[in-house]
Amino acid sequence: MAKWSRFNIVSVVLGFGFLYLPIVLLVIFSFNESKLVTVWAGFSTRWYGQLWHNQGLLDAAWVTIRLALLSATCATVLGTLAALALVRYTRFRGRVLFSGMVYAPLVMPEVITGLSLLLLFVAIGLDRGFWTITLAHITFTMCFVAVVVQSRLLSFDQSIEEAALDLGATPVRTFFAITLPVIAPAVFSGWVLAFTLSLDDLVISSFTTGPGATTLPLKIYSQVRLGVTPEINAICTILIGVVALGVLVASIVTKRREVQRERDERAAFAAIG
Amino acid sequence: MARIASAFVSRLVIIIPYAWLLFFFLIPFFIVFRISLSQTAVAMPPYTPVFDLAGGLSGILEKMREFSADNYVWLTEDVLYFNAYVSSVIIAAVSTFLTLLIGYPIAYGMAQAPRSVRPTLLMLVILPFWTSFLIRVYAWIAILKPEGLLNQLLMSIHVIDQPLIILNTNWAIYIGIVYSYLPFMVLPIYSALEKMDHTLTEAAQDLGCTPITAFWRVTFPLSLAGVVAGCLLVFIPAVGEFVIPDLLGGSETLMIGKTLWNEFNANRDWPVSSAVATILLLILVLPIVYFQNVQAKADGEGR
Repeated sequence: MAKWSRFNIVSVVLGFGFLYLPIVLLVIFSFNESKLVTVWAGFSTRWYGQLWHNQGLLDAAWVTIRLALLSATCATVLGTLAALALVRYTRFRGRVLFSGMVYAPLVMPEVITGLSLLLLFVAIGLDRGFWTITLAHITFTMCFVAVVVQSRLLSFDQSIEEAALDLGATPVRTFFAITLPVIAPAVFSGWVLAFTLSLDDLVISSFTTGPGATTLPLKIYSQVRLGVTPEINAICTILIGVVALGVLVASIVTKRREVQRERDERAAFAAIG
Repeated sequence: MARIASAFVSRLVIIIPYAWLLFFFLIPFFIVFRISLSQTAVAMPPYTPVFDLAGGLSGILEKMREFSADNYVWLTEDVLYFNAYVSSVIIAAVSTFLTLLIGYPIAYGMAQAPRSVRPTLLMLVILPFWTSFLIRVYAWIAILKPEGLLNQLLMSIHVIDQPLIILNTNWAIYIGIVYSYLPFMVLPIYSALEKMDHTLTEAAQDLGCTPITAFWRVTFPLSLAGVVAGCLLVFIPAVGEFVIPDLLGGSETLMIGKTLWNEFNANRDWPVSSAVATILLLILVLPIVYFQNVQAKADGEGR
């Protein structure tokens, strides 16, 4: 095993410092007493208190949460189906086009996706609002779910599925009894990813939104343009906290599941032996 | 009967996501293209309709004659658009290179780390990706401002006595892109380096290579797939980036994502913004197809 040299440690530490310092500073200055964001004037939580009286902001937060829950759930179903289609059906007409449509949204500039979806909604005469943003978010987040679930399916031992089929289970039953429980952690992390992507999105939302459907990022963006304020720092800190909590819970759940699975496997082998 | 039903169900696994992506991802591009060929109109929606299925085939042919390349001619006549495309590609290329320069040592250091700490390091690289893009870009405004934290620090340790002007310049955009896209560069390089067989570099060194030559002749070529994937993951979205040039860039910075946004939101010129998007897509088609091939190949290896 190669040693972890000083050069490697320094580059990792500096890299992580670069990644985390701006976020840490933002969080620290959300507790700043002064209205000036860059001059420290003592600890205070007054900006958080003010948030509770900002009705526009609370409404936007509610819209954002509903949107993220709904779109992440639909995107998880569609993305899991897409991953199954890619991994299990290696040959079908138009597979190249299909895999292209799954991977392209991962790198597609958001302005293009946003504009094209807006023009679609206008063309089919859909009024812009909550439902159009939801459809847009499902579309771009399902591809991320598909990639996450796909990588789990690739390392999946297909023989246990075949065993279930041989024993007379229908494909649908096999999926729910065998496949889904095994890939569940990946499906769940796909859901969390879709949820946070939806929570964050600004560009696609701003193209596809309509009256009465202002999301938190849209609200934050319109205020950021006017300048940096401790109030925005406070909202951002809350959002970071929510996401960090979500990721933490997700990783604990995944870990638990893995431990549980290993224990089950060991028990099963013991029973056979 | 049951067999037919289950065959139908397994078809649905393909058909549902396929149909969804066709309708919400592919068809919209054709609509963008179609509208880029129509005239600007002061109406809602602000363009003259191009297709009207009620007229039947002859109606469509009639309309086809009204297609105009005016918007594209307009784009070539106004040097602003050309400059915006060129500077977007240059800014994206420079930032991709800087991201590689900073990201490679991080990925390398992570891959060399003791096996037990690697999952934690991996988690720490992914975590910022989960926090809002907008928030991460916003965080840099307070740091880079003339009276911001970076200048305060540098002036207090007497490195400079005049505040550096970084915000609203291209440097701020480079910093913003490098910062926001760094995990996309680190992850693929890390996974390429992690899979690598360490005995290879040891063999090279035993055969007389210095550590540096061993790195360039063995390690780096073996990590090339990760480098390519990382560069594409940074370069393609960076070309069309909107939030970073808008919040960190200055008024003289031209980037096509911002131009498209302004054309659409401020000028309400949908046909011209569609033409801008169509050309942007044409510029990016090659890298995107290349990215898909890299991705598909990586999936093939996983099998």
